[in-house]
Amino acid sequence: MMEKMIFGRYIPGDSFVHRLDPRSKLIFVFAFIVIVFLANNAVTYAFILAFTLFVIFMSKIRLYFLINGLKPVIILLVFTFLIHILFTREGDILFELGFFKVYEEGLRQGIFISIRFLVLVFMTSILTLTTSPISITDGIEVLLNPLKKLKMPVHELALMMSIALRFIPTLMDETDKIMKAQMARGSDLSAGPLKDRLKAVVPLLVPLFVSAFKRAEDLATAMEVRGYRGGEGRTRYRQLKWDWRDSSSIIVLVVMTAVLIFFRS
Amino acid sequence: MTEILSFNNVSYSYSPEIPDARKAVQNVSFSIQKGEWIAIVGHNGSGKSTMVKMVSGLLFPQEGEVRFMKDVLTEENLWKTRSNIGMVFQNPDNQFVGATVQDDVAFALENNGVPFEDMVKRVHTSLEQVKMDKFLNHEPHHLSGGQKQRVAIAGAIAMRPKLLILDEATSMLDPQGRDEVLKTVRALREETGLTVLSITHDVEEALYADRILFMNDGKKYAEGTPTEIFALGDKLVEFGLELPFAMRMTKLFQSKGVQLAGEHMTEEELVNDLWTSNFNK
Repeated sequence: MMEKMIFGRYIPGDSFVHRLDPRSKLIFVFAFIVIVFLANNAVTYAFILAFTLFVIFMSKIRLYFLINGLKPVIILLVFTFLIHILFTREGDILFELGFFKVYEEGLRQGIFISIRFLVLVFMTSILTLTTSPISITDGIEVLLNPLKKLKMPVHELALMMSIALRFIPTLMDETDKIMKAQMARGSDLSAGPLKDRLKAVVPLLVPLFVSAFKRAEDLATAMEVRGYRGGEGRTRYRQLKWDWRDSSSIIVLVVMTAVLIFFRS
Repeated sequence: MTEILSFNNVSYSYSPEIPDARKAVQNVSFSIQKGEWIAIVGHNGSGKSTMVKMVSGLLFPQEGEVRFMKDVLTEENLWKTRSNIGMVFQNPDNQFVGATVQDDVAFALENNGVPFEDMVKRVHTSLEQVKMDKFLNHEPHHLSGGQKQRVAIAGAIAMRPKLLILDEATSMLDPQGRDEVLKTVRALREETGLTVLSITHDVEEALYADRILFMNDGKKYAEGTPTEIFALGDKLVEFGLELPFAMRMTKLFQSKGVQLAGEHMTEEELVNDLWTSNFNK
């Protein structure tokens, strides 16, 4: 179960998308999330879907892998689609089976919302799949730098994020281990009524929290001994480089926004 | 010989407000010269960890003084001292700060403001020194315990420290991992003449040391070469330490009436003695 999850996972590679600067990728994805909402007809939706597929192609991440990894999201997607089909009652009736009626507008809305959802999930997954967590944090740190003037602890936030990300796999492994240990003691997490199953989670969470705190303490000691004392006077090992790829991707973004505004109804 | 570190009558208690409370460290003195490998051994609660914390400035002694490079360790020179000490901790996972191997090695360098070009060079050379240079972009959860500890060593030596401290660095590793780490430290010492202080309750690790400090109940019970310390034999067992495997074997052989030339600390010596023991008869 845990191996297939691709949220926040990074697949190393050497594609065009991989080699983009995290800053341009972040700007791109956040702007993309906003302009997706400009789409409101078949042409514009087809356009953003096609563009997303193009980005996936450029990132050299296999579509099958992406879909397989996003299975839980796909289930949610099918669910939203069904809700739209069932509850939107506008336009002509396309299909009728007893009291179950599918309206034209319902189908349209269902498809549009699903595309929007899919495209957003794909784009953000591509961001995390092609950018190592540490570069994302670096990017965020640099982009948020102006907020330092407002006394925002930008460096500290970025470091917290990178450490949190770095510990996800470690804590996942640990959860797995504790789960097995509790199962060996006869706790059953997968059967019985919901109430029992929720109760069985408690002996899972308590040891996990205890060990997480222990880890945090150890890590703090290790960091202190290795000379960490805040962002002042620190140099960076990771250097960010903005090149033609990044400039061109921002141009693509602008062009895309123009196209969407032009074709939307 | 230059002195790297010394403890002069150091005492520390975790509850100083209670006058009769047991002190974690009591009146300990010792010193480490440049290029030496010192092992501090003792069972749990013997005060070894407290001593390490006083070296790295996480705790300050209540009595006595800790000197690093002849300077008394104080709040003022704390960070300078830390940049001269490389430390490897017990849990391989909980000291890995960076997201990848090279980021982690660079962490201490970043903290100390080493310029970028110099940093890249140092990261690469120190990873070569621990033979982890093929793993530059690996993430910690794809590495074995021994590999993670080697990365931690690389991170420590990247600062070119005067002293490398191994704080139970092999206790959570499997036998292969332990061998890997100890071999790395030995090779490093041959190459760079690094001074090593290792805290351990693994006697096989302590055998590599030039001198052993045997701690019991917060006090220095004995100090000497491995041969001298393990000659204490049953005393060590009494204080909760095991003898090296070869020594235990020797004892068992002798109790079964096999004639052996004496005490053997390493397996090789024991084997040599065994197959030559009947030559002169």
